[in-house]
Amino acid sequence: MTLPKVVRGRAWKFGDNIDTDQIIPAKYAIYSLDEKELGKHAMEGVPARDTWASQVTQGDILVGGSNFGCGSSREIAPVAIRGAGVSLVIADSFARIFFRNAINMGYPILQSPQAAEAIEEGDELEVDLEQGVIRNMSKGDEYRAEAFPKFMNDLLRMGGLVPWVRKQLEERRRRGAAVPR
Amino acid sequence: MTVAMTMTEKILARGAGRESVRPGDLVLANVDFAMGHDLTIPPAGKIMREQMGAEKIWDPDRVAVTQDHFQPAKDAASATLGRLTREFSHDMGIKWYFEVGQGGICHTVLPENGLVLPGELVVGADSHSCTYGALNNFATGIGSTDLACVFALGELWFRVPETLKFVYHNRLREWVEAKDLILYVIGQIGVDGARSKAMEHTGEALRHIDMEARLTMTNMAIEAGAKNGIMEFDDVTKQYLDGRAKRPYQPVSSDPDAEYEKVFEFDAEKVELGVAKPMSPDNYAPLSEVAGTKLDQVFIGSCTNSRITDLRRAAAVLANRKVASGVRLIITPSSHQVAIQAEKEGLIGIFLAAGAAWTTATCGACLGGHMGVLGEGEVCLSTTNRNFPGRMGHPKAQVYLSNPAVAAASAVTGVISHPSEVLEKMPAEIR
Repeated sequence: MTLPKVVRGRAWKFGDNIDTDQIIPAKYAIYSLDEKELGKHAMEGVPARDTWASQVTQGDILVGGSNFGCGSSREIAPVAIRGAGVSLVIADSFARIFFRNAINMGYPILQSPQAAEAIEEGDELEVDLEQGVIRNMSKGDEYRAEAFPKFMNDLLRMGGLVPWVRKQLEERRRRGAAVPR
Repeated sequence: MTVAMTMTEKILARGAGRESVRPGDLVLANVDFAMGHDLTIPPAGKIMREQMGAEKIWDPDRVAVTQDHFQPAKDAASATLGRLTREFSHDMGIKWYFEVGQGGICHTVLPENGLVLPGELVVGADSHSCTYGALNNFATGIGSTDLACVFALGELWFRVPETLKFVYHNRLREWVEAKDLILYVIGQIGVDGARSKAMEHTGEALRHIDMEARLTMTNMAIEAGAKNGIMEFDDVTKQYLDGRAKRPYQPVSSDPDAEYEKVFEFDAEKVELGVAKPMSPDNYAPLSEVAGTKLDQVFIGSCTNSRITDLRRAAAVLANRKVASGVRLIITPSSHQVAIQAEKEGLIGIFLAAGAAWTTATCGACLGGHMGVLGEGEVCLSTTNRNFPGRMGHPKAQVYLSNPAVAAASAVTGVISHPSEVLEKMPAEIR
């Protein structure tokens, strides 16, 4: 799975400090290996958003506030959001484990305080992932996302940590190095 | 010329095989020890074997696996996760596998077994893996794909964090515990106050608290958004590790001229007993502000505050007293070893006589898993680490966080109470 160049979708707006237990309540951790089932319960723990997942159209864009995805290390948080059909998460800022989990999954996220503030629920967005430009078609605005370090961009582009590790293992095998060491 | 570095930077530099690193650097670093549990091992194992194509893990002697989150299995689906965790650990020959009834909560089990040591680079597929940093190591929480990468290669990518230094002057007052101090600090800086950064704790107040209290502080680094929490190596660290450490180790210290993004100074003597009010760990209030709040449940448990010293203080409060009518008290030791010690010291008898429910060692109610999940509108005082909406059950349940003595005293009165209301003085030897 490689990253699409451009993503288009409708925005769903969430607040600050949305933690992983709100993104996917721990009781659904029993579905850790089932992305579709997790997707049905995405954001269920956010007050007044308990039926949100059923309203998402494939490709929609989630816009969060600051410290999005704080709390637990459970990778099922970004997995559930992807499972719900969301194509991209934009936030003012991300909590670090959610951030690295998304990058490792090759799942697109963008950090843009400007976009997180200006975008309103229902706005139609067109996002150029390569340029890091977020166009708000409903408002006629444009926002820039913060650039990630090269290694993170490379990981995202190649589809996450899985293909990267496969490549590392192949190199080790080719060098005749013991795999694992 | 050598570059001045913090402890965190030194450990990451060594792991990356570099002379020095700077905050913001992205490094690939060797991992010294890795941990996973029944919620994170099944996906990590699947990703490692089926997607990454690795057959073995890099070093089975440097991995620990616990059955703690939904174990003993709370339902059939959890039993499947437990089975996958068990089978993976067996197939991979993982040396430090802790079965139900023999381990307990990962963040108590690893330190008490001397598996996470000074100077080491430790990762755990659980956000509270930052706990281990009280033992002078770099320890951080990672996801399941991360863990799969570590299993396959023995290394992982890290962004070297900026370090925030927290200096605690003077000593904590009577009744005030490490938990009150860290809740106060998080209240000051907020749940994203240390986002992706290192929290280095130092100062006189820490020299007078034991290793278990220190673990409570580093445990909650993640509640300020930090990558890791870390402390200096001293006599307390050394004594804790003597006879316990499973490998030789090399302590690490920050250079005197190391650069900190910011230095926070606190007078520990001025910190009061406190709580985090619903619905966020940074919603700090002095105990006096919430005293009298009526409770449905009190929970003493979790990797934050359910080690033997915590249970001793709870027992001192509960001895010859009863849990108030209308309240339920649930006590969950954080490990099997803690439970054995509590039994030896007669603490379990005190808890049972008081009318508390005593459970096996598990994460249990802390994450709304089982054995104490809260219903709509219920109010709970808990010794755990986070109280975001829905953390312990229903999104409309109200959770307050406190230290164990406050929790025990409040179980006796039925409302949030200062422990001095039921116990004249905490015996000096268990303070």
